[in-house]
Formats: sequence, structure tokens, C-alpha cells
Amino acid sequence: MVESVVFWVLAVVAVASGVAVFRVDSMARATYALAVSFVAVGLALLLVDLHYIGVITVLMMVMEMAVMAVYMVMFMGMNPALMPMSMVHDNRAAVAAAVSTFVVLAGGALLVPWPSRRQPDPGTVVGTVEALGEAIMGSKMLVMLTMSPAMVATIVAGVVLAGARGRYDRLGDDLDRRPDDPQRGGVGR
Amino acid sequence: MTLEAVLVVAAALFSVGLYGAISQQVVVMVMMGLELMLNGVILAAAGFWWFLSPEPTGQVLLLVVIAAMTLEMAMGFAVATLLHRSRGSDMTDMATDLSR
Repeated sequence: MVESVVFWVLAVVAVASGVAVFRVDSMARATYALAVSFVAVGLALLLVDLHYIGVITVLMMVMEMAVMAVYMVMFMGMNPALMPMSMVHDNRAAVAAAVSTFVVLAGGALLVPWPSRRQPDPGTVVGTVEALGEAIMGSKMLVMLTMSPAMVATIVAGVVLAGARGRYDRLGDDLDRRPDDPQRGGVGR
Repeated sequence: MTLEAVLVVAAALFSVGLYGAISQQVVVMVMMGLELMLNGVILAAAGFWWFLSPEPTGQVLLLVVIAAMTLEMAMGFAVATLLHRSRGSDMTDMATDLSR
């Protein structure tokens, strides 16, 4: 009973702050609202014994929202908390798409005859960090081995995309120009 | 707390995020919409795990979704930085040629 009440409170907070992301009139408030939504979902995960995933969700998303706030200050060149904004396009089509998606998904969730909760095997502790660690290092190691190169590729691609001056900027289209580096370095050309 | 309730809440989060991803003009706000959609996916996956298959290995799927969310944010920020650097703008309407 208490669990249900806590879940519904967290659910209302998560959805309401999710809606607030696109309703508040400054990007800083939108960032805070999104962080609140993630924290509510992270706490809901704790209710279903996903201790590690829940804590990770809260910690990671709070940090991510902090980075997002920094980006907003960088790109918008003003205090985002003080500058009202409403920058939407095709609002009516977006609302129609969102409502129809919700109707389809929620309809499916309510109409499908889901089985009752399957109890885990006796003696199995399902939600602990230890169980997750054993899964990652055991039967599901291939999943993590696949994610690792994807993360490294993201780091490389992110630096290449966001870098201010690549080698074509320094050395020209044919890589034969003398670079005007403020300090010598690089590969010695 | 039932599976239906969890899935309806997840559907609501996903739909709100979809609205943001379609309607917003600023790249960072579009990314917020995508994050909200993945937030719903995490909640739905947690519900499926808890009610239908509470095995220890099922948590790995949630880790993959969270990792995918991180990669999406990193690449989104990198593209936003590149866009701002080359065009002085962070609006999607100024970068429609990227979809061609």
C-alpha cells in the first residue's frame, strides 16, 4: 500500500516535471525540471529493487543537467534564468503526435492481459549490485564488450566534431600549408 | 503498483518527450525531449523486469539504455558545439540542410 502511494507520487512528479520542461519560460528552469523528472524515476527504480540502476540514474542525470546548464550559458550568451523564451515550431502537429502516441502506448499497456508477477527463484537475490556485477562479468560480458568500443568511438567523434581547429584547419585542404600555430607542437610539420 | 500503472506512466513520459523532440527549435531542448523519451523507456524496462522476468541479468538491459542515453547526449553536445561554431546558431531551423 505504502509502496503504491510512493510510486504514484513519484509518477505524478516525474510526468508533471516532464511537462514543465516544455512549459516553463526559461531554459535553466527547464533543465531543473528535467533533473527532477529523472530523480523521480530514479527513486521509482529503487521501489522495484533496482538499487544500483536507480542511484546511477539519479547521479548521472543530475550531473548531465549541470553540463546542460553550462552549455546553455555558453551558446545563448545570456543568463538563461532571466530570459523568457518560447521557441517551438509545428506545435499542433507535435501535440497530435504526442497524444496519439500516448493513446496507442497506454492502450496497449491497459488492454494486453499481462501475467501476474513471476516470483524469482527461491534463494535468488535479483536486484543487488552483486547480482548485476556477476551478470556483467559473467553471462552478459559481451554486452559490455560491445558498449565499450561504442563509448570510445563516441569520445573520439565528440572531440573531432567539437574541436576548434582540426588538421585541415591548420594545414589546409591538401595538408601542405605551413601551420600558424601560436606554439609549435603536433606532429612537427 | 501494477505493471499497467508503470507502463502508463512510462508512456506519458515518452509522449511528453516526443512532443519536445518534435516541437522545440533549440538543439539542447530537442535533446531534452530525447532524454525524456529514454526516461520513459528506462521506467518501462524496469517495470517489465520487475513484473515479468526478475532475473539478475535483466538489469543489464537497463544499463545499456542508460549508456545509450549518455552517448546520445555526448554526440548531441558535440554537434551543437559544431553548429554553434560554424553558424553562430543553436536552432534546428538553421540546420535543415543537415537532413538532406
